Amino acid sequence: MLSKRSKEIIFNPFSKDNPVLVQVLGICSTLAVTVSLEPAIVMSVSVIAVLAFSNVIISLIRNTIPPTIRIIVQLVVVAALVIMVQQFLLAYNYDVSKKLSVFIGLIITNCILMGRLEAFAMHNKPWPSFLDGIGNGLGYGLVLVIVGFFRELLGSGSLMGYKVIPQCVYDAGYMDNGLMILPPMALIVVACVIWVQRAHDKELQEK
Amino acid sequence: MEELNLFVKSIFVDNMIFAYFLGMCSYLAVSKNVKTAFGLGVAVTFMLIVTLPLNYLLDKYILQPGALAWLGEEFKDVDLSFLGLIMFIAVIASATQLVEMAVEKFSPSLYNSLGIFLPLIAVNCAILGGALFMQQKDFSSALTAGVYGAGSGIGWLLAIVGLAAIREKLAYSNVPKPLRGIGITFIITGLMGIAFMSFLGIKL
Repeated sequence: MLSKRSKEIIFNPFSKDNPVLVQVLGICSTLAVTVSLEPAIVMSVSVIAVLAFSNVIISLIRNTIPPTIRIIVQLVVVAALVIMVQQFLLAYNYDVSKKLSVFIGLIITNCILMGRLEAFAMHNKPWPSFLDGIGNGLGYGLVLVIVGFFRELLGSGSLMGYKVIPQCVYDAGYMDNGLMILPPMALIVVACVIWVQRAHDKELQEK
Repeated sequence: MEELNLFVKSIFVDNMIFAYFLGMCSYLAVSKNVKTAFGLGVAVTFMLIVTLPLNYLLDKYILQPGALAWLGEEFKDVDLSFLGLIMFIAVIASATQLVEMAVEKFSPSLYNSLGIFLPLIAVNCAILGGALFMQQKDFSSALTAGVYGAGSGIGWLLAIVGLAAIREKLAYSNVPKPLRGIGITFIITGLMGIAFMSFLGIKL
């Protein structure tokens, strides 16, 4: 169904071209929204939607944008899409949108967006751009979900808000690691993910 | 007094990097040596000081529910707050452009040392994040917003210069291969964040 190139565009961002782990883009939100799993998932879906559609829009008008003001044009397109996502969340998922606080707004300055728009959508047709947006969004979401999973499991012993570590384990002396919920541990968990990935894939190691 | 408290708190306790992870992309990318890190830090601080009061006035007199009351009775119920994001980013992008032109004209040496960082600041999340936090915190005047901007900027500057200094020394140590480069940088930032947490609860 998909040509070889389309497949590469979609699946490369999962591991060897991952926007967070390899291109090091969009770190702010990766770290800030991963205290638990639910906001991480909502954030990923929002980023996938904004990324795919802004890629398509920019790709459609790429030949008419004057190069000198392209950054402002890109920002306006992205900002308009983000406002739509923000209003949608306020209407249908108020609690989570409160938890995400300013970070939905900060999708505008999420470097993944500017990075993909500059590097891909400005030079490609709408359909590959759409796939590129979906692929990179999923790659980003994957990291968010992994980090959110471990932080919520180890930090508060629950997943998606449900307790998963049984009471008898606590009675035996197990304690939740409160440090996992605090901001600095997010960085260290991401570092561990990078460590595992690069130990597995030697090509990515830096000299 | 309240301003001083806010200033110290926004540098150490509510540090943009360690508490909110704002501006991480440029923080990680431009922290390879102290000199450029310092240049970028100064540029970010400066933009925060300029754009926060501007955005404050914009929010207070145009965007907030009922903010247009000064135009007359019939505008009293207008609520433009959903336009916040797009207005803030427009202010930031155009202020960046203006500051770039002004710096180029009046101080070519500073312009050369900041180089490519100035235009990139438009998409630095610390600046937009500062504006959004300012909106949440409900400051009483544009001056307070400026003080908050100065504090957050200096906190950001401290963080990036500290990381750059550590990374310069790190070149001599033997880091496990898969962690080299970005991995170890994340861990250092995490440890610095834990150190900064000891400032929690500071009050003047």
